[in-house]
Amino acid sequence: MPRSGRLKDLGVYVALGAFALTTLAPFAWMLLASLKPLAEVESANPVPTVWKFENYSAVAEQVPFGRYFANSVVVAGWVTLLTCLSSAMAAFAFSRLRWRGRDALFRLYLATLMIPGVVTMIPNYTLMVRLHLLDTYTGLIVPASFGAFGTFLLRQFMLGLPTALDEAARLDGATHWHVFWDVVLPLARPGVITLAIFAFLGNYGSFYWPLVMVKSPHMRTLPVGLLTFDTVYGRQTNLLMAAAAMSLVPPLLVFLFGQRFLVRGIQLGAVKG
Amino acid sequence: MSKRSDLVAAIGFLAPNLLGFGLFTAGPVLFSFAASLTNWNLQRTSPLRFVGLDNYRNALASDPFWFYLGNTVYLMLGLPLAIAASLWFAVLLNRPLRFSGGWRALLYLPSFTSGVAVMVLWKALLNPDFGAINVALRSVAAGLGVTQFESPRWLLSTKNLLALSLERLGHDPGQWGLGARDALILMGLWAAIGGGNMLLYLAALTNVPTELTEAAQLDGASSWRCFRSVTWPFLAPTTFFIVVMSVIGGLQGGFEQARVMTTGGPASTTTTLSYHIYTEAFERFRIGYASAVSWILFAVVFGATLLNWKFGDRGTDDA
Repeated sequence: MPRSGRLKDLGVYVALGAFALTTLAPFAWMLLASLKPLAEVESANPVPTVWKFENYSAVAEQVPFGRYFANSVVVAGWVTLLTCLSSAMAAFAFSRLRWRGRDALFRLYLATLMIPGVVTMIPNYTLMVRLHLLDTYTGLIVPASFGAFGTFLLRQFMLGLPTALDEAARLDGATHWHVFWDVVLPLARPGVITLAIFAFLGNYGSFYWPLVMVKSPHMRTLPVGLLTFDTVYGRQTNLLMAAAAMSLVPPLLVFLFGQRFLVRGIQLGAVKG
Repeated sequence: MSKRSDLVAAIGFLAPNLLGFGLFTAGPVLFSFAASLTNWNLQRTSPLRFVGLDNYRNALASDPFWFYLGNTVYLMLGLPLAIAASLWFAVLLNRPLRFSGGWRALLYLPSFTSGVAVMVLWKALLNPDFGAINVALRSVAAGLGVTQFESPRWLLSTKNLLALSLERLGHDPGQWGLGARDALILMGLWAAIGGGNMLLYLAALTNVPTELTEAAQLDGASSWRCFRSVTWPFLAPTTFFIVVMSVIGGLQGGFEQARVMTTGGPASTTTTLSYHIYTEAFERFRIGYASAVSWILFAVVFGATLLNWKFGDRGTDDA
């Protein structure tokens, strides 16, 4: 029994190792390709003969890459903030307050989760045209900040919190706002952090909305900027890979710091959702 | 603590979210349906007029629509494999392992980075001449002594493993091979296996009582038998959730790949319904028609979800 168990363990490590290798190989190829001189990008050998670290700064000489970067981080940051705050408030109303029509309205929220994004994309685009918000930060941020998903996630989380504390606070004469801000929100922090990670990663990678909203080069977010770079300078695979590699740094950081919250949040959504 | 004070407070707490929800989600849904009944074109080639169900009728009567639906479904063929592999790796990760967090992070890497950067990367990997995939295939072929090896043209090829013909749904043996659609499936598998579905399965596996699996093992059940009879019933609800969400996502998918990697080609073979809607709305500005197609897409998604519910939920009830 122990020997076969050890053999089995070995098999598990081999399978995981093979899979991890498949996962990592494209990223390794990307990093190597990003360091090649232009003359070698079409060579079959993945390893550069000369290591051109200056490729990374060369990206910014061809396109305003820093600007794309800043646009993406600023837009995703604002969307995350607005999503978390408005969703937490709505989730509080849907989970902790009693009022007529609460569950009916919540079901309406849920129903919209099934509607394809493209259905609302077109009217939102025409609305932005009407409001002269094309090509603005407001236009990039505000329509992306109020989906039903965040409200759903936080409502589920708040339903799982004990009500004893906020009832005690209410008896002590605390207002609803105090109960929300000082009692429920601190307890719901893991849920809010999970939502913040989802919202940031989702919006940072968001492509469709910025693609139709952005007209001028200085408003491009990273995904749109990468696409332009690919279209205009596509033969410079080395610089393109350098740009792609740099754009992966923020999600990597968010992932490394938020991993344990992410797993917990997914558990939450799956088990109770 | 009267009901009335709660209602006033609820309105206050809901206001920001409800306003945004109404303005950018609920309102647009109604607006989109109204638009789908008109000939609205942002380029104003003809005066705006109510056309009833004409847009729907035209879409359903056209060959391209069914061809694009076929492409959409073809790209979903990798889903069962991806889900099964996610489950398998979740089971492996659920054992006591060294560096389990590290493994999980490694396998999860592609899915949180997925997006335009990864698609740009895969476009380079799939380059028929110098891309890493064909370079590897050629060296394997050379190693095996195959002399007449013709490596796939991937994103440049209309070939596909089901030998679907071009431009309309049908069969054409000459189209058999590996082409753009298969390349997108391959990328999808790479991105999806270690992703959210694996984490969902990992979460569900923590709910399986270890007493039960241990008891089964003591009774001498093989690990497959133990998985099938003890673990699997606990995973059925999660599987159901994953299948429903994957089908919804798959039917709505393909836009980014088409826009970034193939512009829907070659010969429209990677044009899915969502990319078709995009080009109609934002390149040809036919808002009315594009809205109608997006509602047809919604109907397809809704129908598929109902079917899943009808036939899939049974397995869940057993659990």
